[in-house]
Amino acid sequence: MPLIRDPHIPDPDGFYEELIASQRDLPDEQADLLLAKLVLILANHVGDRAVLSEAIGLARANTVKAGAA
Amino acid sequence: MLQTYTYPRYDYVQSAEQKSAAPERHPVLIVGAGPIGLTMALDLAARGVRSVIVDDNNTVSIGSRAVCYAKRPLEIWDRLGVAEALVERGVRWQVGKVFFDEDLVYQFDLLPEPAHRMPAMINLQQYYLEEALVEACTSHPLVDLRWKHRVLGLAQQADHAVLTVETPDGIFKTEAQWVVACDGANSDVRRMVGAQFTGQFFQDRFLIADVVMKAQFPTERWFWFDPPFHRGQSVLLHKECDNVWRIDFQLGWGADPEEEKKPEKVIPRIQAMLGPQAEFELEWVSVYQFACRRIDKFRYGRVLFAGDAAHQVSPFGARGANTGVQDCDNLAWKLALVLQGAAPERLVDSYHDERAFAADDNLRASTRSTDFITPKSRASLRLRNAVLELAETEPFARPLVNSGRLSTPTPYVGSSLNTPDEDAFAGRMAPGTNAADAPVQVAGKPGWLLNQLRGGFVLLSFGPAPVADVRRGAVTARVLEVGRDLVDEAGTLTERYDGRPGTVYLIRPDQHVAARWRRFDAAKIDAALARCLQA
Repeated sequence: MPLIRDPHIPDPDGFYEELIASQRDLPDEQADLLLAKLVLILANHVGDRAVLSEAIGLARANTVKAGAA
Repeated sequence: MLQTYTYPRYDYVQSAEQKSAAPERHPVLIVGAGPIGLTMALDLAARGVRSVIVDDNNTVSIGSRAVCYAKRPLEIWDRLGVAEALVERGVRWQVGKVFFDEDLVYQFDLLPEPAHRMPAMINLQQYYLEEALVEACTSHPLVDLRWKHRVLGLAQQADHAVLTVETPDGIFKTEAQWVVACDGANSDVRRMVGAQFTGQFFQDRFLIADVVMKAQFPTERWFWFDPPFHRGQSVLLHKECDNVWRIDFQLGWGADPEEEKKPEKVIPRIQAMLGPQAEFELEWVSVYQFACRRIDKFRYGRVLFAGDAAHQVSPFGARGANTGVQDCDNLAWKLALVLQGAAPERLVDSYHDERAFAADDNLRASTRSTDFITPKSRASLRLRNAVLELAETEPFARPLVNSGRLSTPTPYVGSSLNTPDEDAFAGRMAPGTNAADAPVQVAGKPGWLLNQLRGGFVLLSFGPAPVADVRRGAVTARVLEVGRDLVDEAGTLTERYDGRPGTVYLIRPDQHVAARWRRFDAAKIDAALARCLQA
């Protein structure tokens, strides 16, 4: 199954609120660590290597845009 | 410093060819009497090939150095008749502990796969290994081990090389049909042939200490990430024999090696690590740096490279000496057959194909460990620390913790010596894979498969075979029949090889699978044998 790129989360506003709230009161260092852990927890849940590669590729392409440094 | 070991001094003897100034042409000359050079000579000797080893020193390696020996090298040394003593003396460990900062993140038990003759790993000071290998070489009539011989120059001819060698009696010339350079990471021979030694660069320094403990301490492997007593670096503690412990402190590239080596600097570090009660003495301290590199070609004319002279890896995972011994395993039978005229010279070229492939695999594994242990950016450090903190409570994160992966053989999956499968098989024994050991009964007594394979071509037949052997030119593949020559009482052999009745495996002299079929077909076996000999 390829990476799902269409909206898939019911209650998007509620999810985003929860994500923000999880690290709002934390110093930057800890907040970053929390997000890194979240990535690992979700990656393990997905498990599918091809989907993970696709997701990593998408995140990178979306960050390092064509023509940008 | 304390001494638990007395270094032997081997006698220099002037060779007849130097005395008479009449160069001899040796079949094989090996440069370097370290673990790889000595193993090379023993493997050639086991195949009836005479060799000369030259070494510029006259003793064994100083300090514990390589320390960890894995199952496959032990199996190779078992074929050469030296493993039993090593295993008896070496230390086996099962429990590993991983610490992050001040906490025990998790501990594991290796639980090695049962029913193998050799253990998954032993720890043993390198000098004990070398001493055993020197003894075996010295007592073998086909090995001429020459101490205090330094190679100064090498000239290549079409069918041999001429070496200029210096001894306490001066300089002389000698010749060899083949030269095997086992002269380590700083190989002079590599420089002499003008080879490139490049690859993935990784540079770091390590402080290594052999410490004698005065009290009991558990036989476990302890690995620390970023401990309070050595901030921002890693530390590894390993047990050796004679109550000696090996400690590796990662120093980083910027550290001053001379300063770090001083006992007044080393001792407080170890005290902080072991706790105030631990009583110990230093036996040996050294600082070394490494890079992950490999030679561009394992063969230059009549010169072949093995061990660290051909590839240098990070120490994580004990891949240096272990992979070097497997170089010998791969090269010796090929050289022997070519020297005996039983195979064409191009068989030797498959040495590069198979062992460069393995070296790249080792480099990849050791680079991955290195990147986990020493993250190269803030973001990778964060991910690494996230893995370690999760591992404390979450089993899913534990396989991501990489403090060095146990060295295992690289199957030669794409080798041109393999005959691809025509039939379906379960299990791991695909062509190019080293043959897995299994307990068997031989003449009513317990034995092991690998000891029955020994060192020639073997046709391992599950059930009756129509012939006693298959011959091609000077090469014979001997039939080893399960149910007749050996009995698989426990069923382990049949399971590991998916050995349904009628199944036949063609196994190479280095105990790797070359081909397999579901029924005995002499024509197919002959073709596979030809392919394996590059005939």
